[in-house]
Amino acid sequence: MSADRDPSWHAGVPPPRRHSRLADRLFSGWSAVIGFGLILLLLALLLELTAGGWRTFSRFGFGFLIGRNWNPVRGRESFGALPFVFGTLVTSALAVLLAVPVAVGLALLLNEVRGAIRNPLASFVDLLAAIPSVVYGLWGLFVLKPMFDRHLEPFLTSTIGKVPIVGALFQGNPNGPDLFTAGVILAIMIVPIVTAVSREVIAVVPRDLREAALAVGATRYETIRMAVLPYARSGIVGATMLGLGRALGETIAVSMVVGNRPQVGTSLFQAGATIPSWIASSFREATSVGLHRSALLALAVVLVGVALLLAFLSRLFVSRTERLVAGQGAGGAVETEMLKVT
Amino acid sequence: MIVAEGRARPWVSGARKWQDRGFTIFMWACATVAMVPLVLITLYVATRGYHALSINFFTKEPAGPLDPTAGGILQSFIGSALIVGMATMFSVPLGVFAAVYLSEYGRGWFASAMRLIAEVLLSTPSIVAGAFIWSVVVVAMGSFSAVAGALSLTVLMWPVIARATEEVLRLVPQDLREGALALGLPRWKVILRVVVPTAGAGTITSIMLAVARGLGETAPILLTALGNDFINTNPLQPTDAVPLRIYDYARTSVEPLHVFAWGGALILLAAVLVLSIAARVLSTRQQKRIA
Repeated sequence: MSADRDPSWHAGVPPPRRHSRLADRLFSGWSAVIGFGLILLLLALLLELTAGGWRTFSRFGFGFLIGRNWNPVRGRESFGALPFVFGTLVTSALAVLLAVPVAVGLALLLNEVRGAIRNPLASFVDLLAAIPSVVYGLWGLFVLKPMFDRHLEPFLTSTIGKVPIVGALFQGNPNGPDLFTAGVILAIMIVPIVTAVSREVIAVVPRDLREAALAVGATRYETIRMAVLPYARSGIVGATMLGLGRALGETIAVSMVVGNRPQVGTSLFQAGATIPSWIASSFREATSVGLHRSALLALAVVLVGVALLLAFLSRLFVSRTERLVAGQGAGGAVETEMLKVT
Repeated sequence: MIVAEGRARPWVSGARKWQDRGFTIFMWACATVAMVPLVLITLYVATRGYHALSINFFTKEPAGPLDPTAGGILQSFIGSALIVGMATMFSVPLGVFAAVYLSEYGRGWFASAMRLIAEVLLSTPSIVAGAFIWSVVVVAMGSFSAVAGALSLTVLMWPVIARATEEVLRLVPQDLREGALALGLPRWKVILRVVVPTAGAGTITSIMLAVARGLGETAPILLTALGNDFINTNPLQPTDAVPLRIYDYARTSVEPLHVFAWGGALILLAAVLVLSIAARVLSTRQQKRIA
């Protein structure tokens, strides 16, 4: 593979005629410029958002993150993003809690089962990633939410709701939009990406290790627990972070079921708002008003900062698994896998 | 799978056997839990959306409040085609050239940095792309527009095409490049006439994946193209799109329009699934052909 990837593939070839050398320069130069455009795009994006949000950051400082009051009325402006940060964290955390066990179980299964069923199963999971977020939102709003209102949420209130401390999460009126439904929808949405990446890191665990475990009489479960998971663990953490990043940034599906009401409370069964859902629901009024617009861009800065940090960390964790099994040639496999579920 | 079936196996105590079986059941349960939403969503969208489909649905603009279901969502189809069409026009050349650079010329830290940045852009939340174009284009021009929508989708589609096409170009065997060079072809011709055509189906696959993504995105075009109740073909004016219409109709208090939301979802889901399934089939075939 590495010989194939050597870009100096023209070595040893006699130099072509002069005019085509100029054409070659132009062509390579042009593609380098376009490639460089990607870097410029990211820089422009970060600069523009930061510059736009600057007025808010300089006026409210750290209070922007911990303030509870969001008031765009001219002359009485106050922008505190705590309710949105809270809503984003709660829904994403719930999504990760629900999705990761399922995704890891599924990834393990995909590595254990044989050909005939593996590929259809894997493609099925990838298709889940292809469903547009507005369709998830529609289904969540008209199908999942009414079902939760009638059955699941009253049930949870009457069971776990009675447990001290934890029970506080499951109190309140089940009707109406809530953080819980948003978390469940997000969980469904991030299963494919967490599965895809976990599957890749599980696949690179050396065969010898599994065989050694099986040779000393370990069952399949014991092989997975003692030989596979220790190697794949940090990669799975990476997959989780990637999933968390996706959940944090998801907009429309969440916006349709969460209620877009900026409030902080203890119950999952109350309406809330997340950073993206709030941007999507209030940009119209902010388009012509400077400070309000700046506050929304500041929200976007917070969001993109956290998402990029998570993407970066997840890369570190995934590559740690790949380093552990160095020589297996897994480099790049994870990114390729990611592209399928973008 | 390593264990050969039918051979003698070591003796396993009852407890361990049950633990193992329990775990197998757990894995299959996970698979089932993950499959259920896909099946349910497809079923609900198909059965509920089906009722919205009529000639009017495809050929009319929304009707007045007196008889809301007499109209259609033609303006959304046209708008989606306009926005995604422009975005594809912008992002295909950008993405393919970036891919050519990464796979054919790129080396050293510069190429690695570029690849890293493409991946960073891939994990940027789509609403951030929307907010960026909103701030740069919409606020500056003073109007929401189809072109702003297309630009926000370009921010998302460019890195997808670049990275996916790069992967395909890398699959093209080295011998082909060397053979063509040995015949005296300059490098740019080798790339344009040999490498890219050999990877042809794969390049199209990556474009299809990007288009599928562009079609389904809602948040970025909401912030940039805004939506429109009427047909608009002027790229500088606010424009409707199918996902925007679904979003709108899902939240409207006019209940008969909810079925239109499902209808739009049916068309959107069908388009996106057909594109991604076709892309998958094409790319499997391509990999078999090259390998």
